[in-house]
This record gives sequence, C-alpha cells and structure tokens, in this order.
Amino acid sequence: MLRAIIPAALFIVLAGFLWIGLYKDPSLVPSPLIGKPVPEFTLSTLKDPTKNITQADFAADYALINVWATWCVACKQEHQALLNLAAQGVPIFGLNYKDDRQSAIQWLLEDGDPYVMSAFDESGRVAIDFGVYGAPETFLIDRQGIIQHKLIGVMTPVIWQNQFVPKINQLAAAPTQSYE
Amino acid sequence: MIPELGQFALIIALCLAIAQSVLPMWGAQTNNLNLMSVGRTAASGQFLFLLIAFLCLAYSFVDNDFSVQYVANNSNTLLPIYYRISAVWGAHEGSLLLWVLALSGWGFAVAVKSRSLPDDVIARVLAVMGMISIGFILFTLLTSNPFDRMFPAAAEGRDLNPLLQDPGLVIHPPMLYMGYVGFSVAFAFAIAALISGKLDSAWVRWSRPWANIAWVFLTIGITLGSWWAYHELGWGGWWFWDPVENASFMPWLVATALIHSLAVTEKRATFKSWTVLLSILVFSLSLLGTFLVRSGVLVSVHSFASDPARGVYILAFLAVVVGGSLTLYAWRSVQFSTGGRFEVMSKETMLLLNNVLLVVAMLTILIGTLYPLFLDALGLPKLSVGPPYFSAVFVPLMLPLIFLMGLGPIAKWRRISISELFHKLKFLLAIAVILGVILPIAIYRDTTIMTSLGIAAGGWAFATAVYAVARLIMKRDKTTSVFKSLSKVPRALYGMSVAHIGMGIFIFGVVFTSAFSDQKEIAVKVGTSVDLAGYSFLLRGVGPNQGPNYQAMRAQVDVTQDNVPIVTLEPEKRVYTVQRNPMTEASIDEGLFRDLYVALGEPVSPGEWGLRIYYRPFVQWIWIGAMLMAIGGILGATDKRYRASANRAA
Repeated sequence: MLRAIIPAALFIVLAGFLWIGLYKDPSLVPSPLIGKPVPEFTLSTLKDPTKNITQADFAADYALINVWATWCVACKQEHQALLNLAAQGVPIFGLNYKDDRQSAIQWLLEDGDPYVMSAFDESGRVAIDFGVYGAPETFLIDRQGIIQHKLIGVMTPVIWQNQFVPKINQLAAAPTQSYE
Repeated sequence: MIPELGQFALIIALCLAIAQSVLPMWGAQTNNLNLMSVGRTAASGQFLFLLIAFLCLAYSFVDNDFSVQYVANNSNTLLPIYYRISAVWGAHEGSLLLWVLALSGWGFAVAVKSRSLPDDVIARVLAVMGMISIGFILFTLLTSNPFDRMFPAAAEGRDLNPLLQDPGLVIHPPMLYMGYVGFSVAFAFAIAALISGKLDSAWVRWSRPWANIAWVFLTIGITLGSWWAYHELGWGGWWFWDPVENASFMPWLVATALIHSLAVTEKRATFKSWTVLLSILVFSLSLLGTFLVRSGVLVSVHSFASDPARGVYILAFLAVVVGGSLTLYAWRSVQFSTGGRFEVMSKETMLLLNNVLLVVAMLTILIGTLYPLFLDALGLPKLSVGPPYFSAVFVPLMLPLIFLMGLGPIAKWRRISISELFHKLKFLLAIAVILGVILPIAIYRDTTIMTSLGIAAGGWAFATAVYAVARLIMKRDKTTSVFKSLSKVPRALYGMSVAHIGMGIFIFGVVFTSAFSDQKEIAVKVGTSVDLAGYSFLLRGVGPNQGPNYQAMRAQVDVTQDNVPIVTLEPEKRVYTVQRNPMTEASIDEGLFRDLYVALGEPVSPGEWGLRIYYRPFVQWIWIGAMLMAIGGILGATDKRYRASANRAA
C-alpha cells in the first residue's frame, strides 16, 4: 500500500520545487561584489601605455564599467547601444579584456569610442578581481565607487531602461546621506 | 479573415474535446452505448478542426500576413518558402498548435484503428485523451494564441531565428512532438485500466504497438535534434546535456523501459502495476519536458519568464494530470494480482533489472537537470551541472545495462540455468572482449580501459542481437532451407534484433568519437595550411557570398591527405539581414569512418582568420545506429500478432 503512494509523494515534492523555480530567474548569477567597493587596481590606459588608470579615476555621480574585447562578437552587438548612452552623457569606462592593444585601438577608431577611457587588462588579472565570467559585462558604480548592479551579456536600450535607469534614479534620490 | 477562421476552428476543436472527454466517460460508467460512441466522432472532428486551424496559420505564413503578430515575429518576405512553412512551429505559439494537432492526430488514429476493442475501453481511452486536449487547447487560446492580430500591421516581419533555418529543424520538432504526444495513448490506456479496475494482458496487447510507434517517433526526433546540433551549432559535438535535450531524453529512457515491460506483462501477465506506472511516468516526463522548455525555469536564453502566466498554467496542468493519475495509481494499483511467478535467475529478472537501470538513469538526468533549480529554490549558492557529471554517472549505469541487453533475448522465461546460459554465450563474450582490445589498437594504435570496455559493450550488443535470430536458424530441422526458416522468424524478433544491433553500432560511434576525436582552434593566414589527424587543411581564401536573406563570408579550405586532394570545404560566417545575429555555418565532409568539420571563426587580423577544425571518427555511426533502433521499433510494432488482432473484429 505504502509503496504505491511513493510516486505521488515524490511528484508533490518535485512540483513544489518547480513552483518556486517559476519565480526565480535562472540567468541571475548574483555577484558577490554587489554592495562592495570596486576592486583596487592599477593598469595602463589603452590608448597610452605610459599613462595609468586606477579605481580612483571612476569618480562621478555614477559610472558604468564595461568589459569588452575585439574578439567578442556580442561586444560588437552592444557597441551602438553604448555609443548612444555615451552621447546622452553617461560616463562609461572600458575594461579591455585579454585583447591585443593595436586591434582594440583600431576598433575604437573605426566604430567610434563610447568610453571616457579604457583600461588595458592584457592578462585578465584585474577582470578576475571583478569576477568577470566573459565579455561583455557591465557594472554600475555609485559616487563612492560601490558596485550597485551588474549585467552579464549585451546591453540593450530595454535593459538600460529596466535595470539601470531605476537604480540610477534611486542613487540620485538618496544623495550620499549615509556618509554624512 | 483566414486567421479568424483558424481561431474559430480552434474554439470548435475545444468544444469537441470537451464533448469527447465527458460523454464517453459518462457512457462507460452508465453502460450507455450511444454516449460511448460519441468518443470516436468527437475525436475525428477534433482532429479535422485542429488541422483546419493549423492550415490557416500556415496560410498566413505563406501569404506573409504580418497583421498576425506571430507571423510578424517569426517570418519575413525574404524567407524562403520552405522555412516560412517550418516557421509555423518555429516559436512558442505555433509549436503548441502543432502539439495539439499531433495529440488529436493520435486520438483520431486510436478512433479509427481500435474497432476490435471493447466499447467501454475505447470510450475511456478517448475520454482521457480528450481531457489532455482540453488542457492544451485552453493553454493555447488563453496564454499563447498564434492568431492574435496586431494593429497596425507590421510592414515587414522580424524573420525566423537563423538557428532554426536548417533542414533538420524542419522535421525535428514534428517528430519529437509526435513522440511526446504519442505516449498519451499508452497513458490513456493505463488510466482507463485503472478507472475500470480491469488490468489484463489484453489491455497490454492493445497498448503495446502504440507505445512502440511513439517510441520510434521520439527516437527519430531526438536523433534529428542531435544531428541538427552537430551541423548547425558549429562546435562539432553531437550531444550537449543541455536541459532541452535532457527534457527529451528522460521520456525516451523510461519509454524504452516501458516497451520492454509491456512485453513482460503481455507474455507473462506479471509486472502489471509497474507497467501502468511506467505508462504514467513516460507521459508525465513528456509534460515535464514541455514545462521545462516552455516555462523558462531552466533556460533563460529562450525564456518566457516575462510571462509567468504560461509557466503557472503548465505547472497547474502538470499537477492535475500527473498528480491525479499518480493518486489514482496509489488507490487502484494495489488491487492488481501479481501474475506469473518467476525465479531469481530468469528473463523476467533481467528485464526488471533493465527497467530499474533505465529508470535510475532517468533519475540521474532529472537530478542533474534540476539541480541548479533545487539549489536556487533552497536559497543555496548556484552552481550548474555540466557534461562531466552526466558522463560520470551515466556510463557506469549503461555498462551493466548493455551486458543485460545481450543476456535478455537469449534467456528463458521463468527460470534459466546460469551454466547453460554461460555455455551458450561464452563464445560471443570472448569475441566482444577481443574486439574491444584489438579494434582500437588496430585502427588507432592506442586504447584505454574505458575505450576497450566500450567497444566490447558495443560488440557484445551487436553479436548477441545477431545470435538471437541466428540460433533459431541453427536449430531448424534439416528439411527446411535457411531462407524459409528466416522467413518464419517472427517480425517482432527481427525488430528486437535490429534495434539491439542499432544500439551496438551507436555505441561504436560514441566510443570512437569520444576517444579518438581531434581538433584545433587556430588562427590561419590565407595561403597557409594546418595539419590535423593526418589531413592537411589549406585556407585558400575568404570572400563574400550573398544568400537570400543573409550576407556571408565564405572560406575555401582545401583538404588533402598525403598530397591527395580529398575535398574542398566552404564554411561560412553569416549575418542574417533582419536579425543581425552572426551565425556559423560549418562545412562538413561526411564519411562512414570519419567526418572532417571546419567552422569559420572571426578575422584575427587582415588576411588571418580563426578556424575550428575537427576530426570526428565514426560519428555518423551514432545516427545510423539510432535510425536502426527506430527501424527495429517499426518492425516490432507491425508484427503479425497486432495486425491479426486488429483484423479479427473487422
């Protein structure tokens, strides 16, 4: 008798998990860095190897850090979206990831440069500190350099409107009060 | 006008499905013949109207009617006509319509083919199938209507996903759905038996050919999917343990258990409640597969998470169908008699072990597929389960299964003597082991324990399957000719033998491909060549190529072996005009013993391109073996026994 109930009981447990699963987004890989400061780093800038860039250069009301590379097809797809954002005055910093300096500069010359400046991370060492899975990824940081949001994959106008704009409005509404 | 007609036909089909599920069931309970006979009429009518609805949608695609939202989202005037037709099932709404069409097609076939069945059985079976239809037609109408108009109409369509513009994808989904949905017949038979409380071998004899045919469709569907992935994804692999693939593989494993268990129940009247449970399980897994693919709980890339209503609906439907039938099972199955007795060492035991191994294999895949979901639901850190997990758990389960697969057909019902069985098979076992050691070394001068075990398993499956037929010929009396005794072998036995031979060939393919493949991902300058597995690949040039709805860069790669030209491969990198996604179109030289596979990557610098080159030995054997399994299934389902029982009443 008991044996005949087992399949139904197992199914109830499974259905429960499926129910919870419906309300979770499987693409969300929560970054442990959200709410934490940007990792400290020093890299040369992409366009001028003699100049350095550090996390201190990101100072602005808010800024985007975009991980990109010329070998990355999806980066080409989001390039126009980034150029549009830059034209609206959004400060975007690039983290050029495991790339060739000449072809990266060439790309920005040909397709346009949305970045305030790009850091050149040839070995990918700094990207590891950022917890980068692959390119493209985009981080949103606030005035204190705290990471507020992370996007894995291609930036689109819709994602910008739905994920980034509300966060940025929140940041603007609560100006630095926790520190003063 | 036409889309409205389609919508209307869909609503009529829903009404007919309601009639089909209520009236015959009521008739069967009250022994009212008139009500019971409604089942056949309603099932035929439902099929007709769903066919009309489907043709209306197909017409809208051919006609480029971009006022229909679904057409506008998945087609384009530049899309070639054959892809415009396959685009009907290229996305969610249309695939659902195909799903219900296939379901009603099976219902129609049951209505037509089952003249010999008692009226109350067929009435209950059709009623259960009608209930499933209601669920899915309502789902289509409420959450995923393919006939929704949009205003104003789009001037041009957004085109079919380029990944789906492939001949393999034209027939893969219909085959897969025919398989998924086909198990609704075995399911309906099982539920009807549970409701009536009568579970005899006659029930099983009716259900068996249907389960066999559904299994054939599922086998072909999965094979085509694998073949498509190999050709279209450009990664040279044939199976990725992707959640969507697993969703189709789980019902296949349990269906394989079912068709074996049905054989035992028919011949020996034992395993009755187990067979019922498997019938329920296979269809439940088909529904679960639909849920996993359509709700986006696992695969967010193709996700419908933006519309959780669909996920909630399917889950609720799943709970009603699966929960309901398992409850019915818990309530009724205890009444069944245990049936024929058998000893520990017998054919029954071997088939039982086969069933257990297949179900355990299914469970490991279920756990692996849902593991990320379990962790997420419990609030634990996420991690995903990849191919290493599946290979690690799957291979150890398959080896004993294949060993049993060789013993099963030779063993006797009820009781066997181990020494007798060993005496019969020691020669074949020796051949298999020698093959496992010699073959890889002879061809590739190399082997490992796992490779040799794998080849031995394939050889064992092959040799025992041949022997199962051959021993009947060897036992013939001297007066009959070989040809005559071959013609006397039952077709079902040929079916089993061909399917097991197919399994052996499949295993050869899998083992050789995984053990001796070679590949290079490398940047190549135009005019230079790369060596791989004894072949030389010369990148002669890369130039533009214009397709009907895409622009491409096409490379010419001259392949030579010892300076003898073999073939020129022309892989492409395509950008489809409308959707702008880059697509890799690999070029493959297919052969019986090896495939040469070249995919074009990105330009690295002027005149230098990334190439992915693969050498895949025996990879075609995988699909040849799978197709032989399907042919074996067809032979089994068309055995004289079933045709005779269908004719008897006619």
